[in-house]
Amino acid sequence: MAKGEHKQSFIAGIIAENPLFVSLLGMCPALAVTKSLESAIGMGILFTIVLVCSNVLVSLLRKVIPEEVRTPCFIVIIATFVTLTKMFTEAFLPELYSSLGVFLSLLVVNCIILGRSEAFASKNGVLDSFLDGIGNGIGFLMAICLIALFREVLGTGQLTFGNTFTFIADAHNGEPIKLWILKGEGYDVSFSIFSTPAGGFLVLGITLAIMAAINNMKANKKKVDARIKAQKAKEEAAKKREVAQ
Amino acid sequence: MNYLAAFLLAIVSYSLVSNVVLSRFYGICSFIGVGNKIKSAASMGIAVSFVIIMAALICYPIYNFILVPAGVPYLDTITFILVIASLVQVVGLFIKKFSPSLYKALGIYLPLITTNCAVLGVVSENTASKLDFGMSMANAIGTSIGFLVVIIIYACIRERLESSNVPKAFKGIPIALITAGIMAIAFLGLSGLIG
Repeated sequence: MAKGEHKQSFIAGIIAENPLFVSLLGMCPALAVTKSLESAIGMGILFTIVLVCSNVLVSLLRKVIPEEVRTPCFIVIIATFVTLTKMFTEAFLPELYSSLGVFLSLLVVNCIILGRSEAFASKNGVLDSFLDGIGNGIGFLMAICLIALFREVLGTGQLTFGNTFTFIADAHNGEPIKLWILKGEGYDVSFSIFSTPAGGFLVLGITLAIMAAINNMKANKKKVDARIKAQKAKEEAAKKREVAQ
Repeated sequence: MNYLAAFLLAIVSYSLVSNVVLSRFYGICSFIGVGNKIKSAASMGIAVSFVIIMAALICYPIYNFILVPAGVPYLDTITFILVIASLVQVVGLFIKKFSPSLYKALGIYLPLITTNCAVLGVVSENTASKLDFGMSMANAIGTSIGFLVVIIIYACIRERLESSNVPKAFKGIPIALITAGIMAIAFLGLSGLIG
């Protein structure tokens, strides 16, 4: 395979085929863990680890697994990595483990992970599957961090670091770092509705609408440009004809 | 008598106050994907409810009488997903045998139930918060009722939305998500129901 194609399988998942914003997959974790930016970052990283590991193993075993039972096999492979990730997180980052709760186990039935095994890793080589996993993982991480950023800033008026990743607080005299954005001495313009579950739906809906609006604008601009070009060409042809006559 | 009251209260709380879709965020994919036609929403809702209750019924003894005595409680996720996958297969076979028309109506949605996070979510929640058998069943029944009610209400709204004039950028999924958000605000009002 050419070098450009390796790059392509890495880049595609980040923006052009972003799993959350373009393919609309994996909405459950995107809504459930985006109340705070920290847990979204944690979820995104764990998601990427599970996706990369399962993609590589599925790709290695793709010639061994019989066609008829491939989905149960993929689920067992994914479940194994999810269990391992769960145990490591519980041991080393217990605060992150408790803030993600059941949604760590629910990575087993995440449509993105199963979808990449089914659509990509079971048909492509190990290196490509590895890059595809990292690309899609980063795409999902960026998408949920964007939602979490909006929700935490609008909902609480500040960004807090150190509640979930306690090592940040430990390095900072045991206190979590707080960045005040929408509030300060004597004023607070945050809306607590964005911290509630309803806010998750609203923020994701509005983000998708803004993306659709940008795409529409781009498509319109292309159409208008093409029309102007056609008009100019016509005028020039008419001028040439006049000159010739 | 006290336990019965607690059981009924738990069903109400799991179905309305902490609704499965609108406040616990399980099963969003099927909620958004299927919730645009009342008929398919109702079939999906019934099938999911049935599988949730059966899965909770089977997974409780497996976890408490097999995995915990054997000293391997960390195998819960992998066991549960296998139980759910085979349960969905068995349910599919039964429906195919006894009611071919229902089987036809459910069609593609039947195998999709395996990857519906509501099923695995409820079962994992039961073991994670160490609920006893009665409360596990209350969680399963309450969740099923909540899912069924919400997906049908949502499908009714979506059917109306299709004929209304929505701004171009909001067409399709964005307005569907905002509808769900407004429903979630409405369900927020029920949180004072059980104090």
